[in-house]
Amino acid sequence: MSMLEVKDLQVYYGVIQAIKGVSFHVEEGEVIALIGANGAGKTTILHTISGLLSPAAGSVTFEGTDIVKTPGHKIVSMGMAHVPEGRRVFAQLSVLQNLKMGAYTRKDKEEISQSLKAVFDRFPRLEERQGQMAGTLSGGEQQMLAMGRALMSKPKLILMDEPSMGLSPIFVNEIFDIIEKVSKSGTTVLLVEQNAKKALSIADRAYVLETGNIVLEGRAEELLHNDAIRKAYLGE
Amino acid sequence: MSFLQYLISGISLGSVYALIALGYTMVYGIAKMLNFAHGDVIMVGAFTTYTVCSTMGLPPLLGVLAAVVLCTLLGMLIEKVAYKPLRKASSPLAVLITAIGVSYLLQNVALLIFGGNAKSFTSVLSVGSLKLFDGQLLITGETIVTILVCLVIIVVLMLFINKTKAGQAMLAVSEDKGAAQLMGINVNATIALTFAIGSALAAVAGVLLCSAYPTLTPYTGSMPGIKAFVAAVFGGIGSIPGAFIGGILLGIIEIFGKAYISSQMADTIVFAVLIIVLLFKPTGLLGKNIQEKV
Ligand SMILES: Nc1ncnc2c1ncn2[C@@H]1O[C@H](COP(=O)(O)OP(=O)(O)OP(=O)(O)O)[C@@H](O)[C@H]1O
Ligand SMILES: [Mg+2]
Repeated sequence: MSMLEVKDLQVYYGVIQAIKGVSFHVEEGEVIALIGANGAGKTTILHTISGLLSPAAGSVTFEGTDIVKTPGHKIVSMGMAHVPEGRRVFAQLSVLQNLKMGAYTRKDKEEISQSLKAVFDRFPRLEERQGQMAGTLSGGEQQMLAMGRALMSKPKLILMDEPSMGLSPIFVNEIFDIIEKVSKSGTTVLLVEQNAKKALSIADRAYVLETGNIVLEGRAEELLHNDAIRKAYLGE
Repeated sequence: MSFLQYLISGISLGSVYALIALGYTMVYGIAKMLNFAHGDVIMVGAFTTYTVCSTMGLPPLLGVLAAVVLCTLLGMLIEKVAYKPLRKASSPLAVLITAIGVSYLLQNVALLIFGGNAKSFTSVLSVGSLKLFDGQLLITGETIVTILVCLVIIVVLMLFINKTKAGQAMLAVSEDKGAAQLMGINVNATIALTFAIGSALAAVAGVLLCSAYPTLTPYTGSMPGIKAFVAAVFGGIGSIPGAFIGGILLGIIEIFGKAYISSQMADTIVFAVLIIVLLFKPTGLLGKNIQEKV
């Protein structure tokens, strides 16, 4: 059984069809990259998986359960977390409050403080700045906060939407290092990226999305050497 | 001494405005809408207490309780039936106009049931007055209770928001509904809770207001509602301490205006002060002014 299975997904915004029948699967322990140009529909797919949008047709199966009809707020406690595009940290709340918000669905105080410690170990900057208002963090720090906040729910599967967007090269490397570590620690990752080269270098498999359709899929290292991909997405 | 007398009256009236303004500001913060029917919930609260106490002759505490329960349910019902279906409407005007419609609906239902003649509301408070300085300063029981109730409510509300999970969820939803849902927060339930709390506060405000100013008509809520809206904007709409401070200041300005300038001009002065504050600080006294990072 796949951890996540998306089948024949179709999503509309009003009358405009953004996703035109997309199928893919994510196995436990994998890092899967979803790449594609601006407006291809990557964010729409992630939003549909985590329940922010409802599809017109198709199914999303998470660990054997169809979650298309599940209310969005109940999906987190099933073990799925989503680091949204543009970070969307709670700007008026402190770093610590943001992280605690990530553990909103969890009850055990002891376990929550263990997770908090684990997040601080992974992101020492967040510990130093735990009292600071999230809105005043730098872009890179906000990205770390958004990731830390998602990890606070102790997810089995984490969806990440363009975590490297707008970051300087050093921060980009740092973020990708962290994604690899998150993956090694046993969390399955579905990664949406414009930075196809970086994404393919850490992914196991990848899907290429073009205007609402998957046009190519395969092992990441194969795609990295695919001529069409190199032209279209790696700028070579 | 009369200065002190006016100041205390102002704080008391301001406390009522503050309670109403809290509802305005919380609902605005969370649902990003101005609930113009909020003032009429005050009237419903007062009529409930009137019916339970004056018509049915039951004890005042029961009357207040009935008002709070009924208004809480009414607030949630209005949200569910009138506003929630419009939450995804393309224009924010849709829900604003609906709110004005709900306001008229409540007034006219009250008119149908109770008629247009003013009812005389019997104070629910049987607390004696306080005489100080050899009787030169007289503070009525209503004044004291109003101020105390307002203080207790604001403290409890701040604790609720900052210390409970439901309160934190309200903060998260008011910032970003989508991100809040991604945390596992039930956004619809959180919005409903906000309407419930705001309406319960409006019920309390209605009872306190009519205990101090005992004429009750179907339009009793509309002027205090508008003033409380002004108070919320004055303090910075969306800000809870802002609503509190805005309400108290407005009450003081109104009473001082009546006492020292002109009782006809008092409302004009209130609105003029609002305009001046907004000219210098468009977000209100405690309005948030944070810039979003891209
Ligand atoms: N709220 C919306 N209303 C209408 N159309 C939308 C909305 N959100 C996205 N779209 C459209 O759906 C299509 C897919 O958008 P989506 O945000 O999923 O793309 P993306 O692949 O994430 O792009 P990017 O890399 O720029 O983030 C685009 O054509 C976009 O204009
Ligand atoms: Mg996107």
